[in-house]
Amino acid sequence: MSLQGVLPLNGFSGGERLAYRPDHLLVASMVERGSKVLDIGCGDGDLLQLLESRGIDGRGIELSREGVNHCVAKGLAVVQGDADTDLVDYPDDAFDYVILSQTLQATRRPKAVLENLLRIGRRAIVTFPNFGFWRLRLQLLVGGHMPRTDNLPFTWYDTPNIHFCTIKDFVQLCDEIGVKMERAVALDSYGRPLRVVMPWWFWNMFGEQGVFLLSRGERR
Amino acid sequence: MTGLTPKPTSALRTVAPEERSHEVDHPSSLVAMFDTTKPLKLDCGIDLSPFQIAYQTYGELNADKSNAVLICHALTGDQHVANRHPVTGKPGWWETLVGPGRPLDPARYFIICSNVIGGCMGSTGPASLNPATGKVWGLDFPIITIPDMVRAQAMLIDHLGIDTLFAVVGGSMGGMQALQWTVAYPHRVFANLAIACATRHSAQNIAFHELGRQAVMADPEWDHGRYADKGIHPHRGLAVARMAAHITYLSDAALHRKFGRRMQDRELPTFSFDADFQVESYLRYQGSSFVERFDANSYLYLTRAMDYFDIAGDHDGVLAAAFRGIRTRFCVVSFTSDWLFPTSESRALVHALNASSARVSFAEIETDKGHDAFLLDVPEFFDIASAFLDSAGKARGLKASKGS
Repeated sequence: MSLQGVLPLNGFSGGERLAYRPDHLLVASMVERGSKVLDIGCGDGDLLQLLESRGIDGRGIELSREGVNHCVAKGLAVVQGDADTDLVDYPDDAFDYVILSQTLQATRRPKAVLENLLRIGRRAIVTFPNFGFWRLRLQLLVGGHMPRTDNLPFTWYDTPNIHFCTIKDFVQLCDEIGVKMERAVALDSYGRPLRVVMPWWFWNMFGEQGVFLLSRGERR
Repeated sequence: MTGLTPKPTSALRTVAPEERSHEVDHPSSLVAMFDTTKPLKLDCGIDLSPFQIAYQTYGELNADKSNAVLICHALTGDQHVANRHPVTGKPGWWETLVGPGRPLDPARYFIICSNVIGGCMGSTGPASLNPATGKVWGLDFPIITIPDMVRAQAMLIDHLGIDTLFAVVGGSMGGMQALQWTVAYPHRVFANLAIACATRHSAQNIAFHELGRQAVMADPEWDHGRYADKGIHPHRGLAVARMAAHITYLSDAALHRKFGRRMQDRELPTFSFDADFQVESYLRYQGSSFVERFDANSYLYLTRAMDYFDIAGDHDGVLAAAFRGIRTRFCVVSFTSDWLFPTSESRALVHALNASSARVSFAEIETDKGHDAFLLDVPEFFDIASAFLDSAGKARGLKASKGS
């Protein structure tokens, strides 16, 4: 499978580029203005704030009480909930986009979560750390220990991330459950899109994060 | 309403009837009178007329009338949110939330709180005089519901010349009213802060209410509800009802933390049925102080109103249908140790609101203070209430409060 569609970060002001994380800007660029979005695992609500500033009706689910309270303190519509258990309560087609940002690897049932994303939303945007990233491979190969990076600072015994995958693994899962990949982008260590068109193994090796815009496939 | 301080009490005190009855018909509050041209249409099919609503206000209504906040009180609360209570002399029951520098600051909002219909602090209820007979209503008073209370409040809001409320805020039975407001008048509520409540009364909660009512009715001085004619009051039955209910407002952890098995003013057990334990003494105090300010029949009517509350039941069993297309912003808050209105009830509400695409924030706050937490000093709750009201205020175009 070839992965194309590297997204230049057009349409953002200099201020926005400074204020927001590059991966959040990339996700926001995938969302049409005026649409309705659910951000699952919205953390402190930074992405939701960016989306709301762009005229997008954003809602959030966050597991941690502190996260929820931060979000509510910013005036965001966020509810305390768990991606693994609470998505089943949302009706079909409730949102235009459902975003799962850096959360898939922390869910107990990633496949069920992914299926729910595309039931609740017409489209889904999923970002996750790529466990095939060369530095992680090298740490395991040469260092012989579980990899740790600035973006994945946890030790094996205290990590909330229980279901790591590579970009290749994720593409396989999408194929398996019949999800259509509209766009796929690999980001480097700074959260910038890799600006070269390369075969997927290159992305799987040099992308630190994968960002996928998904829609429902025909097999559904 | 409850400081968890044990206070010694010898016996349940009898209250002279005239102490209560004065506030019932002649409240030391503002009063809106509704004559026979403006009856209150009750769910039971009866038109209540004439009737009156006693209310308090704090702050000033702004020029475009966009800063009005209605506070709905809980079962045994009243309109005295943030002022000294005329009967007990105690501070207002929600001064933690309402007041200068508080989330609901009268410098910013025009805050209204009215005594519910069926209450006993100046709004028409079973303790009021029935103009048709010249006697106290007693059990001749029609059964009222939460929607009836809200209908009466809407008439008061009309009377005050306010079209849209910036916010409706309430906890427990007050939260039920707040929710009912958005169901009945979705276009008249901009923001809704519903705390420690539910969209229906659970079987367990109905059971507790029935226990309380039976305690009142088992008191010979209740006299089939006609006690007022004889100048008596079933204070023993009502005190027992209050003691039982009060346990449901707390939590095992809170009781253990405050009282444990400690003795009250003694070292050793007396081998009698005296209040040896602090927790007993505390409960007796709660019971006896309650009967000084509350009418027994009113307690029956208001608990019944909560029992009948079921928003989904009024919408063919589909809760989300009640909130379809709603534009109101919601903030739902629950407390971890509240077993009377547990978080699961709030979650059910939040799911229904999500299914209706309503804009909703939901936070569960960790505390061991039980259901009563919403009345107590829980800073995290105030932070959330402030943030929600501030952001809704911005969306409503209200000026920022001083210092924020």
